[in-house]
Amino acid sequence: MFKNIKRLAGFIGEYKKASILSPVIVALEVVMECLIPFFTADLITYVETGDKSQLLTKGIVTFVENNISTNSLAVTGFYCGILIIMALCSLSFGALAGIYCSTASCGFAKNLRRELFNKSQEFAFENIDKFSTSSLVTRLTTDVTNVQQSFMMIIRTAIRSPLMFLFSIIMAFIRGGKMAFVFVVVIPILLFGLITVARKAMPIFKKVFKKYDTLNASVQENVHGMRVVKSFVREDYESDKFQKASDDVASDFTRADKILAFNNPVMLLCMYTVMTCLCLFGSRLIVSSDNTIFRIGDFSALLTYGMQILMSLMMLSMIFVMITMSSESARRICEVLNEETTIKNPENPIYEVKSGDIDFNNVKFKYAQRAEKYALCDINLHIKSGQTVGIIGGTGSSKSSLIQLIPRLYDVTEGSVLVGGVDVRNYDIVSLRDAVSVVLQKNILFSGTIKENLRWGNENATDEEMERVCKLACADEFIQGFPDKYDTYIEQGGTNVSGGQKQRLCIARALLKKPKILILDDSTSAVDTRTDALIRKAMREEIPDTTKIIIAQRISSVEDADVIIILDDGKVVGIGNHDSLLASNAIYKEIYESQTKGAKMS
Amino acid sequence: MNKTVKNPRQPNMGRPMKKAKKGTFSRLMKYLFSFYKAPFIIVLICIALNSLATALPGVFQQNVLTDAQEGIYLIHPEKIEVSDETKREYPDLSEDEQLVIEKEKLLNKWDLPLDTFNNGGKLTPKEALEVVYPSIVKVVIILICIYIIGLIAAFTHTRTMATVTQGFLNKMRNLMFGKMQTLPIKYFDTHTHGDIMSHYTNDIDTLRQLVSQSVPQIITSVIIIVTVLFVMLYYSVWMTLLVLCGVAAIALVSKKIGGGGAKYFIRQQQALGKSEGYIEEMINGQKVVKVFNHEPKSKEEFDKLNTQLCNDSTKANKYANTLMPIINNIGHILYVFIVFVGCLLVVLKVPNLSISGQSMSIPTVIIFIGMSKQFTNNVSQLSQQANAIIMGLAGAERVFELLDEESEVDNGYVTLVNATHDENGNIIESAKRTGMWAWKHPHGDGTVTYTELKGDVRLNEVDFGYTEEKIVLHDISLYAEPGQKIAFVGATGAGKTTITNLINRFYDIADGKIRYDGININKIKKSDLRRSLGVVLQDVNLFTGTVMENIRYGKLDATDEECIDAAKRANAHSFISMLPDGYNTVLSGNGSGLSQGQRQLISIARAAVADPPVMILDEATSSIDTRTESIVSAGMDALMQGRTVFVIAHRLSTIKNSDVIMVLDHG
Repeated sequence: MFKNIKRLAGFIGEYKKASILSPVIVALEVVMECLIPFFTADLITYVETGDKSQLLTKGIVTFVENNISTNSLAVTGFYCGILIIMALCSLSFGALAGIYCSTASCGFAKNLRRELFNKSQEFAFENIDKFSTSSLVTRLTTDVTNVQQSFMMIIRTAIRSPLMFLFSIIMAFIRGGKMAFVFVVVIPILLFGLITVARKAMPIFKKVFKKYDTLNASVQENVHGMRVVKSFVREDYESDKFQKASDDVASDFTRADKILAFNNPVMLLCMYTVMTCLCLFGSRLIVSSDNTIFRIGDFSALLTYGMQILMSLMMLSMIFVMITMSSESARRICEVLNEETTIKNPENPIYEVKSGDIDFNNVKFKYAQRAEKYALCDINLHIKSGQTVGIIGGTGSSKSSLIQLIPRLYDVTEGSVLVGGVDVRNYDIVSLRDAVSVVLQKNILFSGTIKENLRWGNENATDEEMERVCKLACADEFIQGFPDKYDTYIEQGGTNVSGGQKQRLCIARALLKKPKILILDDSTSAVDTRTDALIRKAMREEIPDTTKIIIAQRISSVEDADVIIILDDGKVVGIGNHDSLLASNAIYKEIYESQTKGAKMS
Repeated sequence: MNKTVKNPRQPNMGRPMKKAKKGTFSRLMKYLFSFYKAPFIIVLICIALNSLATALPGVFQQNVLTDAQEGIYLIHPEKIEVSDETKREYPDLSEDEQLVIEKEKLLNKWDLPLDTFNNGGKLTPKEALEVVYPSIVKVVIILICIYIIGLIAAFTHTRTMATVTQGFLNKMRNLMFGKMQTLPIKYFDTHTHGDIMSHYTNDIDTLRQLVSQSVPQIITSVIIIVTVLFVMLYYSVWMTLLVLCGVAAIALVSKKIGGGGAKYFIRQQQALGKSEGYIEEMINGQKVVKVFNHEPKSKEEFDKLNTQLCNDSTKANKYANTLMPIINNIGHILYVFIVFVGCLLVVLKVPNLSISGQSMSIPTVIIFIGMSKQFTNNVSQLSQQANAIIMGLAGAERVFELLDEESEVDNGYVTLVNATHDENGNIIESAKRTGMWAWKHPHGDGTVTYTELKGDVRLNEVDFGYTEEKIVLHDISLYAEPGQKIAFVGATGAGKTTITNLINRFYDIADGKIRYDGININKIKKSDLRRSLGVVLQDVNLFTGTVMENIRYGKLDATDEECIDAAKRANAHSFISMLPDGYNTVLSGNGSGLSQGQRQLISIARAAVADPPVMILDEATSSIDTRTESIVSAGMDALMQGRTVFVIAHRLSTIKNSDVIMVLDHG
């Protein structure tokens, strides 16, 4: 945990000044706040007795009497002036501390968020798979907010409360003398009470929070599986099940809350004890000492300090809980920060990709070290620049895994992948990925105009270039149909265009890179057959030198390819062109027949 | 179905803060009352007692201090001053004569001989203490009694509140969940799962805040404010006015700062929403980012958003973080003013105006210090809670929205019953499980007919669209005779799954008719209709629990043997036996320890144990590799024997032995 704190503290960075000033100024504010009741007590005693000899601050009175006026009103006024100035100082310090603390905590969060985001951008596919996107998003949002809140607490409240406690105790002893021993009796009771409650309640809370998460997870499970629930008519069964789990959580929560319920009475008990003792013994001391050892003015000061002491203890116990809770967030953040990206640039990278040749030499690949099964096994392929290659195979046959090795989205486990005759691991990653353009199966458009989305392929693309690639991808026709044409705004996730349109835009975006190798991973599945054919024709004619790899479900998408590769269960089970495969490969034949038969029927 | 499940722990950020509707609060209270009438009333009483116990002790402290001061007067009679009371009673007497009366009053009060002060006589501190102390002790005993009542009330309140709050939340959760089960599939298709989840997380959290903190706090504050106000007026109207001025100043400042802060707070929320949205978009699309070498640009863009967020949130936080110290210190200034004005009133002997008629004294000033603190604290509490109440009511309203959603309507009256043939070959209802099922069809004239359940499904010129504008299926007609195997093929989005959604009435058709064993399915009770259909879906959903429990899901009263038998038929038995605990292996996270194919096999076994006459297999084998598929399809073939089966598939191998193959293209 301390390692995490140290790690996170590094992100204070340029906000160091504010982070240090904030607690310092808070300390000053506390001093002022403790001095105000101190002076007030003397003022009250002065008004009460009209006698300065009893005062702890009689110097002030002497000063006023010597320099201004001996009138008691003048002295009172002077005291009040001092008090007002103190209150104003305290106000300015408080406000200033608030400002520094905001600057520091927001800046800290900014640095942290930036580093996390940059780090996540550096992640290779493998790292992303490991964390899962939703968990990464949580770490960058909720967890950062939690840590930011704690940081703010630490540089402000966590400084303020102990100081307040300390100063108030000191002041109470100076003012109240032996009356202040009341606090010595009460504070251990309160501390003991608070700690016992926390120690009893915390484990229950930890347990119940886990149960609560499970409960929410089961709701999620239910929402996801609603079709199953309804299909089997299990609505009542699910409700009963949920109710039982929920009752269990509720009873645990109640138990924990009931323990926590002791906090308030313990606090009240201490406060009331202080009050009672002050009334009972304080008043006795006032009269018996003839208002000398303990004065009516001191009574008011002790009341105020008593409140401050007890409040600061309460705050401390709250801070403790807060920080414990956010330490989990800190751990999760550090996990991301400490994660090393698995794919790095080589030491002397090659920046130029010579050609679109692709070679797979004895490639074996699995997604995780500990995975037992290889996703790809013994792959040997040799593709020449400018060829069109079709890949076909069932879901789960590792088609996507195969092509993701080419732009080095994953590294092979064994063997090697060569592009342009060079091992992909020797290229500069940016250069390699610029030369290899992939249209991913799960493709995504980003919020922004069509133009902005296309420019992902090439930032400096002209309007003409964009139109050209869109014509190639058969996207121009529907874009022209939009009222805003190329400036049409795409919603997040591309929800306002149809699946087929999205796929064509993604192809256009990839084409804009002018790649040496173009890979389409099931990228025309939602495009109708005719358009699909048009796109392939355009590619054959317009970019003949680019190596084109097409993964498809439909035989028609690949039948005119130079080479067709059939994958099954991570292995190549057939290579050849349409005619030779139709003659020799049983799987291919079967797929072909099924699809042509279907076509005839419709 | 591309629902991104939003992180359920995400707070309500970015959600529009709608003003709660009028009835929300009273409806909430109605629920609270209906669940926990007695405890809630006890809580209310305790809150009231506790607030009084917090507000009243000021009076008694004042009494104690007054007694102490009078003790001092007994020691120093020269300090005695004429009170307002005496001045009012004897306005015609000279000041010296009034002073004599004042002294007599004091002596009378403490039962001392009237000549005590004659010839410079006075009491020693010890004597004075003996005189006044019994009275002080009496007051302190009353004080202790009040404290004890307060303590008991506080304790009862917090303990009872724990039960009430958690019980209330539990009941609300159960209500929501129960309601959710009755909602049509359409609800789940049109709301993101993240949104639905947030009812159980965010909204319940705000409800907790509302019920356990805001509402009691507001009641407490109001009672304390009113009580303290009366106590203050009891002692001095002038000083009360001073405190009110201070409160007005605090209200003014917090409105000003709070108002300025609100502007930046909204900006901060917007910036937060933007940058979190960006994070979500970029992380979800990160593979695309990497493919296009877009990292530097996305970092740059994020830097901009992040800096904007930092600027806005710094500003918003500055307002929020300075507000508290400023209010606090205005409290301090007020404190100084009270001391100053109070002392001034005492020193200048300004006639006091108060309910009690007492004159200003130092003990009164001291009590005012404490009371002004209580007063201002509770006023600022009230303004803070106002915000929490608004948020809480918004949460409550979202919960109510879910509770008010329209449930799935079921007007079906044809039910599924166990049946048997009587000696004449007529179908009659049977109380036992007979292995034979029949549709019980009551008619308007009171007669009942029985139709044997066979699994004959016919679609007649069916039109359907998920929204009115966009028709997905157009003029579909289809006849499936009992025992036939019907296969659907077609591109993604062609409407294959839609047909199955219609047969089990997840959605209702727009036009046309669907008949099941000759009965219009709109007449069949939905639960019975679905019970007669077995569904294996593309997305396998297993539930947390053992393998056995998951299989039994198909038929809750199935014996272990039946479940194992079903697993054998689905070819799932062999791998289940190899699991560490066999059928008792606990699955969690949708069976995350199992492969896709294994999970699918369990889901097939689950459908098998239900033993329905009609089966719908929606891409059931698409996620299984070909080798496993052959095993699964063997299992399925066994399952399909003698049933009407609808198969949706990409692969030919799955559908090769179908009786009819339907190719769908854009409906």
